[in-house]
Amino acid sequence: MLVYTLKRLLLALLVAMTVSAITFSLTYLAGDPAIAMAGETASDADIEYIEKLYGFDRPIVVQYFEWALNAFQGDFGQSFYFRIPVADLLLERLPVSMTLGVSAISFAILLSIPLGVLAAMRPNSLLDRLALGISVVGQAMPSFWFALVLIVMFAVWYPVFPTTGSETWLHFVLPTIVLGYYATPAIMRLTRTGMLEVLGSDYIRTARAKGLPQHVILFKHALRNAVIPVVSLAAVQFGFMLGGSIVIESIFALHGAGYLAWESIGRNDLPVVQAVVLVFSLFYIVLTFLSDLLNAWLDPRIRVG
Amino acid sequence: MSAVLEVTGLTVDIPVPTGDLHAVRGIDFSVNKGETLCIVGESGCGKSLTSLSIMGLLPKRAKINAAKMEFTGTDLLSLNERELAAIRGNRMAMIFQEPMTSLNPAYTIGNQLMEPYLRHKKSSDKEARERAIYLLERVGITAAASRLSQYPHQLSGGLRQRVMIAMALMCDPELIIADEPTTALDVTIQAQILHLLAELRKEFNSALILITHDLGVVARVADKVAVMYAGKIVEAGSVSEIFNQPLHPYTQGLIDCIPVPGKTARGSRLGSIPGIVPTLIGDIKGCSFRNRCGFAHDACEMKDPFHTLSPGRGYRCTLDVSTCEANAKELVSA
Amino acid sequence: MTTTIANRGLPAAEDIVGPTPGQQLRRRIFGHRGLMIGGGILVIIFLMALSAPFLAPHDPYFQELLARVKPPVWTTGDWKHVLGTDQLGRDYLSRIMYGAQISLLIGFAAAFISGVIGTTLGVAAGYFGGRVDMVVTFLITVRLSMPVVLVALAVVALIGGSLTVVISVLGLLLWDRYAVVMRSATMQIRQMDYVAAAKAVGCSTPRILLTEIMPNIMNNLIVVATLEMAHAILLEAALSFLGMGVQPPLPSWGLMVSEGKDYILFEAWMITIPGVALFLLVLAINLVGDGIRDVTAPENRN
Repeated sequence: MLVYTLKRLLLALLVAMTVSAITFSLTYLAGDPAIAMAGETASDADIEYIEKLYGFDRPIVVQYFEWALNAFQGDFGQSFYFRIPVADLLLERLPVSMTLGVSAISFAILLSIPLGVLAAMRPNSLLDRLALGISVVGQAMPSFWFALVLIVMFAVWYPVFPTTGSETWLHFVLPTIVLGYYATPAIMRLTRTGMLEVLGSDYIRTARAKGLPQHVILFKHALRNAVIPVVSLAAVQFGFMLGGSIVIESIFALHGAGYLAWESIGRNDLPVVQAVVLVFSLFYIVLTFLSDLLNAWLDPRIRVG
Repeated sequence: MSAVLEVTGLTVDIPVPTGDLHAVRGIDFSVNKGETLCIVGESGCGKSLTSLSIMGLLPKRAKINAAKMEFTGTDLLSLNERELAAIRGNRMAMIFQEPMTSLNPAYTIGNQLMEPYLRHKKSSDKEARERAIYLLERVGITAAASRLSQYPHQLSGGLRQRVMIAMALMCDPELIIADEPTTALDVTIQAQILHLLAELRKEFNSALILITHDLGVVARVADKVAVMYAGKIVEAGSVSEIFNQPLHPYTQGLIDCIPVPGKTARGSRLGSIPGIVPTLIGDIKGCSFRNRCGFAHDACEMKDPFHTLSPGRGYRCTLDVSTCEANAKELVSA
Repeated sequence: MTTTIANRGLPAAEDIVGPTPGQQLRRRIFGHRGLMIGGGILVIIFLMALSAPFLAPHDPYFQELLARVKPPVWTTGDWKHVLGTDQLGRDYLSRIMYGAQISLLIGFAAAFISGVIGTTLGVAAGYFGGRVDMVVTFLITVRLSMPVVLVALAVVALIGGSLTVVISVLGLLLWDRYAVVMRSATMQIRQMDYVAAAKAVGCSTPRILLTEIMPNIMNNLIVVATLEMAHAILLEAALSFLGMGVQPPLPSWGLMVSEGKDYILFEAWMITIPGVALFLLVLAINLVGDGIRDVTAPENRN
C-alpha cells in the first residue's frame, strides 16, 4: 500500500507539473503578452517598460519556473484588472465554488446511487425505465438551458428560490440541482451496470447459498464491490463539475471562482484565468489521487498486494 | 434409514424467446443420511439446474415443479424465501464449481466463513472463530488462524475450494450439494479435494449429492448413481450396479469411454458416443437419446418407458432387461 | 460405433435453421426502439440543415426591425414567422434551420479531429504497451485534469472566436474518451489468437493494425464518436452561450439561447425553441450511439 501510494503520488506530481506548464503557456497563446497588457495603442517604450516590469524579456523556461514556484507557494501574481494579488481574489471566491461543487456532487450521488441500485435489482421494471429516462434526458439537456428553465419556473412562475447571488443556502438550491443533474447519468449508469454485474456473480450466489437475508446480500456483499468503480467516477465527475461551474455560476451570478474566471476572460485578466485553471486542475489531481487511495482501501486486491 | 432429501417428478422450465426450455423433465431421486448420490451427465443435461432448484437458487423466471420435494419431511416448494434462507447454509449447504469466483473479493476468509454460523447459530464471534479455525484445519489448511485475515485473492484455487468446503460444513448441515467441485482444479488437486469430501462426508455423517460429468469421480466416492441425459434420469442404481452392469445404452457408452489400466490395449480405440444432444426447447416425444443410440428402432420415437427393477435400481429404455443385460455383459467383458 | 445413425426425427439445436447474421442484424436494428427514434430525429435535423438554403422561409440574417420579438404562431403570432422573430426581427425558424448546419458541422468536425488524435494514441498505447502506453496514459491523465470548459473559453477568448477556432479547440480537447476506449479495446484484441496468427505468418505491424485490429474496434470507435459529437455540440452551445464561441450574427443555437435570455420573463419561447432543438439533436445522437452499441455487441448490453 505504501509503495502504491508513493507511485501514485509521483504520478500526481508529474501531472501537476505538466498541467502548470500548459497553463503557463496560455500567456503566450495570444501573442506577445506585453502588447496585450499595454493595449493596441501603446508605444514601443511602454511595451518595453512592461516587458521589464513583468520579466517578459527573460527566457520562457525561467519565466515558467518562477511562475510555477510562486504558484505552488500560493502566489499567483497580481490581477491586471483588480490590481490586487490573485490569491486574495481566489480565497474570496473559491469557498462559493467549493460549496456548490460539494452540494452538487452530494445531490448527484444521493440521487444516482439509490436509483442505480434499485434499477439493477429490478431490470426492465418501471423504476428501471424511469432511471433510464432520467439519465437519457440528463445527458442530452444543455445545462445552461436547464438552468434558465429552472429560473423561469422557480423565480417567475413559482417564486420559491432566489435566482441570483450567493448570500444564503437558498441561493444554492437551483445551481446545485443543475450541476448535480449533469453528473447524475454517468454515476447512475455505472452503479446500475456494476450492480447488475455483481448481482450475477458467483460470490453473490454463494452468499445466497449461505442463507443470508436479502439486505445483507445487497448491502454487504454486492454494493461494496459495485461501488468501487463509482468512487473513481464520482471523483472525476466532481472535477468536471468544477469546470462546468463556470457556466452555472455565470447564469446564477454566484460569485465563485468559475464566475471570476469568466469575468476575467472577458477582461483579458490572464493571471486570474491561469490561477483558476491551475487551481481547478490541481483540485482534480488531488481528488483523483485521494479516490485512488480510497479505492485501494476498498479493494483488498490492491490494498493487500 | 430415513431420506434426507426425496424428490419425485421434478421439472425445471426456463422461458426463452422461442418457447419454454424444458431443462429438467421429471426426475426422481432420494438420498439418505450418510449416503453419497452422484448425478452424472454431460453439460447441459440439467444436473446443475437440479441442484440449484433444491437450494432454491434458480432465478425467479425459472419455473420449478415437483410432485414431491421434501427435505427431512419439509416440503421445500412450499417455503417462502425467508424460511428457505433459514435452511440454506444451515441444514443444507452447497459447494460450487468455480472456487476462483465463488468467494467475495472484498472480505476476508474469516469474515465469510463465520458469516453463516453467526447468522444461523446466533453464536458469539469467538465461537464462530473457533469453529472456522477448527474446520480450516479439518479441510487441511495450515496456519488456519492466520488464514482468517487473508483475502480470497491471496489463496490458490485448491485452497479456495477447501475454504468453500469448510464454509459448507460450518453449520454441520444434513445435506451437502457439491456441483462439479473439482472440475476447475488441477488434476492432482482434484484427487485431494475428492478424497477430502468423501472423508468429511463420513465424519460428519451427512448426505452428499455430488454433481459431476466425470465417471472416475463417481467410481471413487458414490454410493448411489443417477445418470442424466437431456433432462431425464436414464439410469439409476448403486455404484457397483452402474459399473458392473450398465443397462442403458448411454451409460454403456459412457463406460466404454473410460480407459481401464491393464485392460484397454495400448493403441486401441476408446469408445465414443456419436451425435449431439437434442434441443430441449419444446416437447420431445419418445426417447431423447435415440439419435445417438446404436440400438434405436421405431418404438423409440414413441415412448421411453422407465423400468424399475428394484427400489433405487432402474433404467429408461424401450429395450427389455434381458437385451440390456446381454449388451452390458458384452461391454464389460470386452 | 462410428457409423452414422439416423436422426430419427429428434430436433437438434443445429437443425433449427436460424436467420442469417445479416437478417439478425437488420432485425436488431429495426427492433431497437431507441435507435429508430434517434435515427429518425437525426435524419430530420440533417435534412433540415441541408435544405435550409432552399426551404428556409427567410434570410436568417435579415433584420426586420419593425417585427422584433414576434411570438410563434401557436401563441399570438402569425404564419409569416412560424417560430416568431428574435430581438433584431430575424426569422426564428430560418435561424433554427441554419443553426442546425452549425451544430452538425461542429459535431462532425470536432468528433473527427479528436477521433484521429484519440484513436492514434489509444491504439498505439493498446498495441505497443510498455513505454508508449505509459506516455499515452500520462497524456490522458493530464488532459483529464484540465477543466475543458474553462480552457476552451480561455483559448477561444485569447485567439478570438470563429467557427474554425471553436472546432479546432474542441477537436484538440475532446480526444480523451477515444484514447481510453481505443486503448482498452486494442489491448483486448491484441491478445486474440488471430493477431498472434497474423504475427506468426509475418504480417507487418501496420498491416496487423489495419486488417486485424481496426475492424474489430470499429464499433467501439463509432459509439465513442457519437458520444463525442454530442459532447462537442453541447460544448459549442455552452461556449457560444457564454459569448466565447461562435460569434454573432451566426445562428448558433447556443448563441440564440443567450440572446433570448434577456426575454425569459415574458417571452420564454425564445429560449425554449433553440433549447429544445439542441436537446433533440443531442438526444438523437446519444440514442443512435447507444443503439449502435446494443446492436453491434448484443452480448454486452445491460
